[in-house]
Amino acid sequence: MTHFKELITRNLSARSRRRKATNAIILSLTGLVTLLALIPLFWIVGYVILRGGRSINPALFTQLPRPMGVEGGGVLHAIEGTLIITILAASFAIPPGVLAAFYATRNPNTPLGIILRFSTDVLSGVPSIVIGLFAYAVMVKPMGHYSGLAGGVALAILMLPTIIRTTEEMLKLVPQNLREGSLALGAPEWKTSMSVLLPAAANGVITGFLLAIARAAGETAPLLFTALGNERFDVGMILRSGVQAGQSVWQIIGRIVNQPVDSLPLTLWKYAQQPFPERVEQSWAVAFVLIFFVLLINIAARLWIESRKRRLQG
Amino acid sequence: MLRVFQHGDRPWQALITLTAIGVMVLMLAIGWLLWNDTVEARHAFGWTFLLPTSDPSWNPISNKFQSWPFTYGTLLTSITALGVALPVSLGIAIFLAEMCPAWLRTPLNWLVELLAAIPSVVYGLWGIFEFLPKVVTPIGNTLSSLAHIPLIGRFFDGSIPVSGASRLGAAMILTIMIIPTITAVTRDVLLAIPGSQREASSSLGATQWETIWQVLIPYGLSGILGAAILGLGRALGETMAVTMVIGNSIEGSLSLLRPGYTMASIIANEFAEAVTQLHSQALIEIGLILFIMTLILNIIARFLVWRVARRIPQEARA
Repeated sequence: MTHFKELITRNLSARSRRRKATNAIILSLTGLVTLLALIPLFWIVGYVILRGGRSINPALFTQLPRPMGVEGGGVLHAIEGTLIITILAASFAIPPGVLAAFYATRNPNTPLGIILRFSTDVLSGVPSIVIGLFAYAVMVKPMGHYSGLAGGVALAILMLPTIIRTTEEMLKLVPQNLREGSLALGAPEWKTSMSVLLPAAANGVITGFLLAIARAAGETAPLLFTALGNERFDVGMILRSGVQAGQSVWQIIGRIVNQPVDSLPLTLWKYAQQPFPERVEQSWAVAFVLIFFVLLINIAARLWIESRKRRLQG
Repeated sequence: MLRVFQHGDRPWQALITLTAIGVMVLMLAIGWLLWNDTVEARHAFGWTFLLPTSDPSWNPISNKFQSWPFTYGTLLTSITALGVALPVSLGIAIFLAEMCPAWLRTPLNWLVELLAAIPSVVYGLWGIFEFLPKVVTPIGNTLSSLAHIPLIGRFFDGSIPVSGASRLGAAMILTIMIIPTITAVTRDVLLAIPGSQREASSSLGATQWETIWQVLIPYGLSGILGAAILGLGRALGETMAVTMVIGNSIEGSLSLLRPGYTMASIIANEFAEAVTQLHSQALIEIGLILFIMTLILNIIARFLVWRVARRIPQEARA
């Protein structure tokens, strides 16, 4: 009998040892895979900084590309193009995005509110290349040519769901009594929304916009057949010739947005596939600029959120 | 009349309602335009465009197009990527939600999110010059010894190109790219499970791992499935990085180790240069298939995540 008991206890303790060992092994594995997943991040960022950093020079930011196979030159055209496309996209996407977010926070459970949330989800899942096809069909085909404007529209569609969702999340965090207080003072709904709720949520909303813009600025697929790319794009020349010819501001802006432009990721993609080593090195430099830009916006946005949180907590 | 416009509330309501409708119209318009712009192609090829075939044709000169090699490439790379990324992301999410000390959690969350913020072309560039030759080629050479195993052997047939440009390379880059998506959703699902579940399990004597595996994961299962499907959706639509590393070749091989093509990358490579109407329509039709695939996946994923959110009572979440 005692023998039996001893056997059981020994078995039990062996079993519990095994359970504890499994526990320790698997839980340390989770830490290990976390480290493993971060290796590519450090590898990419580190390598791009090392290799791209070597090819960074002032000419990159101030000169237009030289002909293929000739050393030197820069990617000024792509920097200008990125700025133009991104500004266009942000100005197309932000106003409707904010308005739709107001609708979503005010009417979360009406049929249209549910449809709106569903459409936002679906839009955020549409592959960016398909958005490019759509923008081609609605912009490039009717206009008859590729243009920065079409690229801006494509990126705007890409940004829209992110903007709606972040704005909605931030508006939800604004305390109800702010809204009620404003309405009780007799302010109309639109004034409450625009000058009480939106400013109260502004920090988070602006951070969300910045992250969405950073994301869109790094996109390539929707631009492949909307903005197309244009190595001879030169805003300075358009401005000078426009002023000389006495064109109005709108005419000049029209000329700027109405022709194909390059963007940084688009340039990176093209240069990386060319057989000229100096172009490949330039594509690393462009990758450096892109990574720098993305890291800057991301870190600034997070620090900003953290500092706000700390201040709010006391 | 004046009362209607008093305060401007009605116009405001009308304006925000119109934008909400506009978002819906935009979604419908994408589907409708893709459908409408493929009339001739759908008419000319019918179902043979979609069906699997051992001798696929993609020929702009004879105007004969079949989407199978691209569908196969997309499915093979995305599903392989999901198979690797899911356990890894689950591990990371468990670490972030259950194990990690509080001071480490925020920086780790940041880093994982940064992984998602790196532009796709930068992944591609790094892939071509660093990841493919240094990681993918050696792994591919090891995997090619599996070619003798019946049934799964054909997925490891042939030898991997020295450059490493192959479906395997695309699948591995996709793995890295979808880990942040799956991790973030899984972590949120785990964090949303009420603490009483953990306490009940440990008071019965379960170890922490047993609690996680036998209580938390079954509890959040549909949310985790939703996360996996969202990740799969991202992998299906990923364009630039895949186009740069997959080798862009239409060959009949089924092997993971050979170069291939995906739906997104054929559109990226050929659409701007498609001359004949049938060629560009065939490409748009591939876009339409991609749209429908991601649409269905999104609906399933949202439904699953929503079901978890509904099952967890509001007060327990805080």
